[in-house]
Amino acid sequence: MGIDLAFVWAFLIAFVVLAYVVMDGFDLGIGILFPLFRAKGDRDTVMNTVAPVWDGNETWLVLGGGGLMAVFPLAYSVVLPALYMPLTAMLLGLIFRGVAFEFRWRTKRWLSVWDWGFSIGSMVAAFCQGIALGALIEGIRVADRAYAGGWWDWLTPFSVATGISLVIGYALLGATWLVLKTTGDLAAKARHIARPATYLTLLGMGVFSLWTPLIGPHYLGRWLSFPAVIFSVLVPLLVLALVAVIISGLNRQKDAEPFLAALGLFVLGFAGIGISFYPYIVPPSLTIADAAASQASLAFLLVGALVLIPIILAYTAYAYWVFRGKVRPGEGYH
Amino acid sequence: MLEHLDALLLARLQFAFTIAFHIVLPAFTIGLASYLFVLNALWLITKRQVYEELFNFWKTIFAVAFGMGVVSGIVMSYQFGTNWSRFADKAGPVIGPVMGYEVLTAFFLEAGFLGVMLFGLKRVGRGLHLFATGMVAVGTLLSATWIIAANSWMQTPQGFGTNAAGQFVPLDWWAIIFTPSFPYRLVHMVLAAYLTTALVVGACGAWHLLKGSAPRRSATMFCMAMGMVAVVAPLQILAGDQHGLNTLKHQPAKIMAMEAHFDSHPNGAPLILFGLPDQKNKRVDYAISIPGLSSLILKHGWNEPLAGLDTIPDELEPPVVVVFWSFRVMVGLGMAMLLLGLWSAVAWWRGRLTSDRWLLRAAVGMGPVGFLAVLAGWITTEVGRQPYTVYGHLLTADSVSPVAAPAVATSLTAFVMVYFFVFGAGIFYILRLMKYLPPESEETVLDSGPVRTAGITPGPAQGTPQGGTHGH
Repeated sequence: MGIDLAFVWAFLIAFVVLAYVVMDGFDLGIGILFPLFRAKGDRDTVMNTVAPVWDGNETWLVLGGGGLMAVFPLAYSVVLPALYMPLTAMLLGLIFRGVAFEFRWRTKRWLSVWDWGFSIGSMVAAFCQGIALGALIEGIRVADRAYAGGWWDWLTPFSVATGISLVIGYALLGATWLVLKTTGDLAAKARHIARPATYLTLLGMGVFSLWTPLIGPHYLGRWLSFPAVIFSVLVPLLVLALVAVIISGLNRQKDAEPFLAALGLFVLGFAGIGISFYPYIVPPSLTIADAAASQASLAFLLVGALVLIPIILAYTAYAYWVFRGKVRPGEGYH
Repeated sequence: MLEHLDALLLARLQFAFTIAFHIVLPAFTIGLASYLFVLNALWLITKRQVYEELFNFWKTIFAVAFGMGVVSGIVMSYQFGTNWSRFADKAGPVIGPVMGYEVLTAFFLEAGFLGVMLFGLKRVGRGLHLFATGMVAVGTLLSATWIIAANSWMQTPQGFGTNAAGQFVPLDWWAIIFTPSFPYRLVHMVLAAYLTTALVVGACGAWHLLKGSAPRRSATMFCMAMGMVAVVAPLQILAGDQHGLNTLKHQPAKIMAMEAHFDSHPNGAPLILFGLPDQKNKRVDYAISIPGLSSLILKHGWNEPLAGLDTIPDELEPPVVVVFWSFRVMVGLGMAMLLLGLWSAVAWWRGRLTSDRWLLRAAVGMGPVGFLAVLAGWITTEVGRQPYTVYGHLLTADSVSPVAAPAVATSLTAFVMVYFFVFGAGIFYILRLMKYLPPESEETVLDSGPVRTAGITPGPAQGTPQGGTHGH
């Protein structure tokens, strides 16, 4: 019973992180692409596609952090000091991009300041999330229930590569989101951006997949053992199929297909990462069972999570439904 | 050892700095969310345009403040891990789920309905729009409840045990959430948020009354705000007194520091009004004190004995000077709020509430005082908890992350620069939004009046006083 709750929570935390990546990915992505849209009207429209929902999207990041502290406090207290610099930079990036949603409507003279803040903040946040992922895969040294490494350990060629890959991947999500939510020249431009972003994302995923097994033999072992080996064979095929869906969707001027297929790419990549990690939560030092809080903690929050997460998903879906459809230039939400 | 100490001090400074910037934003948005709900409801019930206009006016300001509150809040949820990892490991099993419930019940509720409240009126209709506004207000109050429960557990911990790894483990969730100081702290904080907002709204209304711009709207908001101050300020003083008695029972050292009682007083302790506490030499220089009054307030008898810091080992004393002064600042500002409320009540009685220009000037001056009082109060209770993070069970020095001092110094510098830049700009925009009330049309009572549709959130951008710059 004890083990079970920890695994339920590992799955739930993974779900929360995936929810964050799925929802805030396109949101950060439009920030990354922001400099490519030069006209003020275009920028207003681009911003308006996420303005009513960005705040909820970022709340999944808070739940990921807060949830980790509640149910895997040892993992939280080891990982966060290890990633001190990239996480601090991510938080500062999120500050700039978050306030830009309101500040850029409040000024003319400083409009470009907040537009750049939105864009650079989004890039920094995305890059640092990728760095964090890379550093986590490479492993964190733990001694005596605490992080035992230095404050630059996170900076490696691999973590930089995952950082860049994630920026590109989010840009793809952002571009396909704009294909879904905008019209006319703006949508055409988004389609134009989405194509190279798709190929670069494919490249990033390929590099990531081939590089990861080289980092540690345990990763290679996991991927060659049954039943993960089925996944190892299937995933590359599924990835190629989704890439084909994105490209053909773009060619046939479909609204939703490219975005949904791009989300599919992220879900596949995420599942792959999950398989690599299992049964560790902080490879190669802490397993899920090692890091879990007491049963009472896991059970108390699980009751709430199982009741409340479906409700949250329901009213989040409602909010998206209220603001469904295309955002036309100059139209806003009124 | 010295390096370790530096990292600890830097981590404390960073937490104090980031939480101080953060707390003033929820203090404002908790009150403002409730005010927006009241305005929205009054608009639907009375159909008076003034409530709609005021709703739209404050909605824009709310959006700016709330955005800043969200991003500064995300920082807090990660800082427990980056800077206080040993606290997170030890206290996480107890305090983590409490904060987890805050995210699940409050943050998502606020964020989910904020978009509908700000942008969705035309899409969902007035009834659902009011509902969304209500959900945002409920979310802010739920958030306050959970985070105060978490903080109160750190102040007056109970309902837990310790496992082999040295972690605190929950034994009784009811006891963990409803700690002895929780109800007092919650009431004190929510009233503080309402007072803070009322003072800001009142100052804005008073400023426009003095200028003579938009008299209907400025009078309406001024009267609502001063009514709130007149009712809530006395209640807050009562709540603060009760909270103090609770603290005396559960954290006596904090009260000793607040009172600068270095010595025990077996025959009645004096209330030191002012003085210069000297913790090193354990005395208060130039003290002006009223004999026995401290015992009267805290023990309800002039001659009741009251223990002093001489009963506490030196290394477990909280920093007296900070706590002594922050407490006096808070109380002084609270008394000023009480006077403003009384003055308003008298002026209202005489029918001069919106025409007494000295009252209006005083109300403008009192605008930022709520924020200062909130900060002073939190400094009192948090510094007064030292040297512990979990009172009596975990020392602050044993809570900090094993992160090198240069890393903490770098992040602290970055936070200071970014916060002053970003939140300085935000405060500037909020003040500019407050400064501009669009001219009034004739008061009309409309059944399905035109909905103002300026922009994401209507309001002036620099150089375009005619309204929003986009989204028409």
